Amino acid sequence: MNADTAAYLSNVLVDAAMIVWAVALAAFAADLAFGSPVRASVGQRVAVGAGAPTADQQAPPASENAATTSRWWGIGHGTLVLGTVVLGSGVVLRGIAAGRVPWGNMYEFAITGSFLVAVALLVLMRRYDLRTFAVWVTGLLLLTVGLAVTVLYIPAAPLVPALRSPWLVIHVAAATLAAAFFTIGMVATSLYLVRDVADKRGVSQGRFVSRLPDTATLDRISYRVIAFGFPIWTFAVVAGAIWAEYAWGRYWGWDPKETWSLITWIVYAAYLHARTTAGWRGRRAAIISLVAYSTLIFNFFGVNIAFVGLHSYGGV
Amino acid sequence: MTTVAPPDTEQEPPPPGGPPSMSPVELGRWFWRQLTSMRVALFLLFLLAVAAVPGSIVPQREANPLASSDWAERNPDLAVWAERLGLFDLYSTPYFSAIYLLLMISLVGCIIPRIGVHARALRTRPPAPPSRLSRMPAHRELALTGGPEAVLDAAEQVLRSRRFRVERVEDARAPAEQSIGTALAAERGYLKETGNLLFHLALVVVLVSVAVGSLFGYRGTVLVVEGDGFANSPIQYDGLTAGARFDAGDLPPFALTVDDFVIEFEPDGPAMGSPSNFEASVTFEEYPGATPEQRVIRVNNPLGIDGTLVHLLNPGYAPQITVRDAQGAVTFSQPVPFLPQDQTFTSTGVVKVPQADEPDLGLQGLFLPTGIIGAQGPESIFPGLENPVLVLTGYTGDLGLDDGVTQSVYRLDTTDMTQLTEGGEPFRSALNFGDSVELPDGAGTVTFDGVSTWVNLQVSRNAGKELALLGAALAIAGLLPTLFIRRRRVWVRVSPATVLAIAGLDRVASGDAGELDDELAAVAAAIEEELS
Repeated sequence: MNADTAAYLSNVLVDAAMIVWAVALAAFAADLAFGSPVRASVGQRVAVGAGAPTADQQAPPASENAATTSRWWGIGHGTLVLGTVVLGSGVVLRGIAAGRVPWGNMYEFAITGSFLVAVALLVLMRRYDLRTFAVWVTGLLLLTVGLAVTVLYIPAAPLVPALRSPWLVIHVAAATLAAAFFTIGMVATSLYLVRDVADKRGVSQGRFVSRLPDTATLDRISYRVIAFGFPIWTFAVVAGAIWAEYAWGRYWGWDPKETWSLITWIVYAAYLHARTTAGWRGRRAAIISLVAYSTLIFNFFGVNIAFVGLHSYGGV
Repeated sequence: MTTVAPPDTEQEPPPPGGPPSMSPVELGRWFWRQLTSMRVALFLLFLLAVAAVPGSIVPQREANPLASSDWAERNPDLAVWAERLGLFDLYSTPYFSAIYLLLMISLVGCIIPRIGVHARALRTRPPAPPSRLSRMPAHRELALTGGPEAVLDAAEQVLRSRRFRVERVEDARAPAEQSIGTALAAERGYLKETGNLLFHLALVVVLVSVAVGSLFGYRGTVLVVEGDGFANSPIQYDGLTAGARFDAGDLPPFALTVDDFVIEFEPDGPAMGSPSNFEASVTFEEYPGATPEQRVIRVNNPLGIDGTLVHLLNPGYAPQITVRDAQGAVTFSQPVPFLPQDQTFTSTGVVKVPQADEPDLGLQGLFLPTGIIGAQGPESIFPGLENPVLVLTGYTGDLGLDDGVTQSVYRLDTTDMTQLTEGGEPFRSALNFGDSVELPDGAGTVTFDGVSTWVNLQVSRNAGKELALLGAALAIAGLLPTLFIRRRRVWVRVSPATVLAIAGLDRVASGDAGELDDELAAVAAAIEEELS
C-alpha cells in the first residue's frame, strides 16, 4: 500500500468512525429515553456496614448489570466499540501514510486523543455502570473528531525537522494519554456536579438524573482517572523539557505551551490537594478540576491559535 | 460528598480565625501556621497559575526577543503597562518570584514536620483495635472452625502476605465474649506518605536547580556563513543572555567551522515548501591546538562539547556579491547574510561599501530563492534554490559608519544618502546567477556570483539540568505511591467461639469505601482458604 492510498483510506476510516459513533450516540440517547429506569449502580455498594455476616454481600458485578440493560444500550456499546476500532485503524493508517507516528499536528492529536478517550471509556465501562455517562463522552468525541475533520484537517505529510525526534513519540504520547484521562475525568466531574445539585435540591427522581451514577461513584471515577492522568501529565511535561533541551538548548523557556502545561499541572495539583483538605472536598474540588481541564483545552486550541511560540509548527 | 467519611487523621488543625492581640513571637507563629496551612498553599498554587498567564500572552524578552519587541510595536499602549508591570520578563519579576518562594517556604514548612511525624509512625506499632469494630467504615464477621488461635494465625499469615505490618496486641477494649484477649492490628501503605514527602522534596530540588541554572547558565547566538567559523567567546556572539554568576572565563575555549550547511525543502506533496532537512557539517577543536573533529549538527541533534550544547537555530541564504568600482577594482566581495522574511525565504539584506575618496555605496537587496516577477512585483514561490534572483537598489552618500554609532548590518541608514536613479526612476535591477549590472552614475558594477547558506548557532549551557532531571524523576517516583497506595488499617479479632471479626479504616479519605470493603472481603476469603 503506498502512502497516498493509506492517506485516503485513513480519511475514509475517520469519516466512517464518525458515522458509527453517531449511531452509538443515538443509541445511548435512546437508551436514556426509552431504556429501563432506575437500576442499582455499582457505586451504591458503599459501606456494607454493621453485622454483615458473610463475604457474599457484594454488589453485582458489572457483567450482571449488563444483563439488565436495554437493547439500546447494547447497540450503543457495540457501535462504540466498532467506531473505536475503525478510528484506531484510521489513526494507524494516517501514521503509515505520513511514515511516522501520527502525532505531528492538531488534526492528528485530535483523532489520536479521541481514540484514546474512547478506549479509556470502554475500559471504564467494564468496571462501572456508565449509562448517561457514555452518551456525553460519545457526544464529545464526535464533536472533537468532527472539528478535526472540518477545521483542523491537513493532509498527511512528513514531519518538519524540528519534530523529528524519538521524544515526539514519548512526549506527545504521554500528553495525549493524560489528556484522554483528564477528559473522562471532566465528564465525570460535570455529571457529579449535576447529580450533586439535583440531590441537594431533592430533584434526583427525573429520568436523566436518576440514571446517573450516585455522587460517590462519579467522584470516585473522576478522582481515579485524574489521579491516573496526573503522573502521566507530569511525565509529559518532564519529557517535553528533556526534548526542549535537545531541540532548543534549554529545558524550560516559558514558551506559551510550556507555561500553559505548567498551569494545567498546577491546577490539577491544587485539585488533588483540595481533595484532602477539609472544606474543599466535593463541589469545590470538582470545580477546580473543571478549571484545570479548561486550561488543558486552552493549551491545545488557544495556545496554538492565539500565541506565537516554539510549538507553532505542523499547521494549526 | 462521600457517604462514608472516615476520620481524616492527616489534616492540619484548622487555622485560627485571625490574629488577636499577640506578641511578636505569637504573631510569627500565627503567620507561620497560616503559611504552612493547606488553604494558603492552595491559594498560592492558584495565584502562581494565574500569575503565569500574562507571560504567555506577552512574548517574553528572554525567550523570544524579536516577538517581544514586535508585540510592543503593535500594541504601544499595552506595552507601556506591560513594561511597568515587568510583563516582558514576567518570570523573573519580584512578585512572581515572591509567589513561588512563598509556595516553596509553605511547602517546606509543611513537609519538614511531616518527616518527623512519619519517621515516628514508621517505628510505632499499629494501635490496638477499638472496642466496637462494627463502628469502623468497613467491617465483616465470619463464623469459622478450627479454634480461635489457628484463625488468628491464619489471619496474621494472610495480612502479612498482603503486605500489612501486623502486630499481635492485647485486646483490652473488647467485650470478653467477643475476643480471646489477643487481637491483630495491621497497617499498610506507609510508602504513601514516604512517596508524598519524596515528591514534595523533589520539587524543591527542581526549583533549586532551576535557580542555580538561571544564575550560572548562559545562551549565546552566533550567525555563521557556510565556510566560516567562530571561536567560542562572548565577543563573537551576536547575542548573549547569561545568569548573574556567569563568568565568560568559564566558556569552553573551542573553535568551530561550518564546512557545509545544507537547507532542503519538500519539493512536492501536501507539505511542499516546508523544511525537510537542515544539516551542518562542522569541524571543531575542543581547545586551541586540539585535534580537529568532524561532526554533523541537525535540529534535535546538537553538538555537545564539554557540557556546552551547540544547536542549529534559524537558517538563511547569503548571496555572494562582488562590487567593483568604475575602474574595475574589487571593493567588496563576500557572501552577505540575508534575513528570511517569510515561509518562502524571501530575504532582505544590505551591502555597505565604504569608500575613502568617493561617496560610500549602499545596496539594498531582496533575495528570492525561487523568484518570479508576479503581479505584485518580484516574489519567491518556493524556499529552495530553484531560480535564485537578487533584486537590488542602490544609494550613494555617507553610510555613517565613521560616526561611532553601532549599526545593524542588516539595515541601511539612508538619511545621508541619495538613491541611485535611472531615467528619473529609482534604479532597480534583478540579477540571476552570474549576472552583472552596471550601476548608474558610474557608481561601479555589481555581480551576483552565487549563493551560500548561513546558520544561526546557539551556544548554551544550562547549569543544574542534571539535578533538575533527577528532581523531576524523583518527583514522579514519589507521585506514584502517593496517588495509588492506600494507607489502611485493619483489625482482626477472634471470639472464643471462633467468630472472626475484621474491620478496616483508610487513613486518608479516598471516597472509595467500596474498595476498602473489597479488600476486607478478599482478606476474609483468604483466611477461610488458609484454614481449609
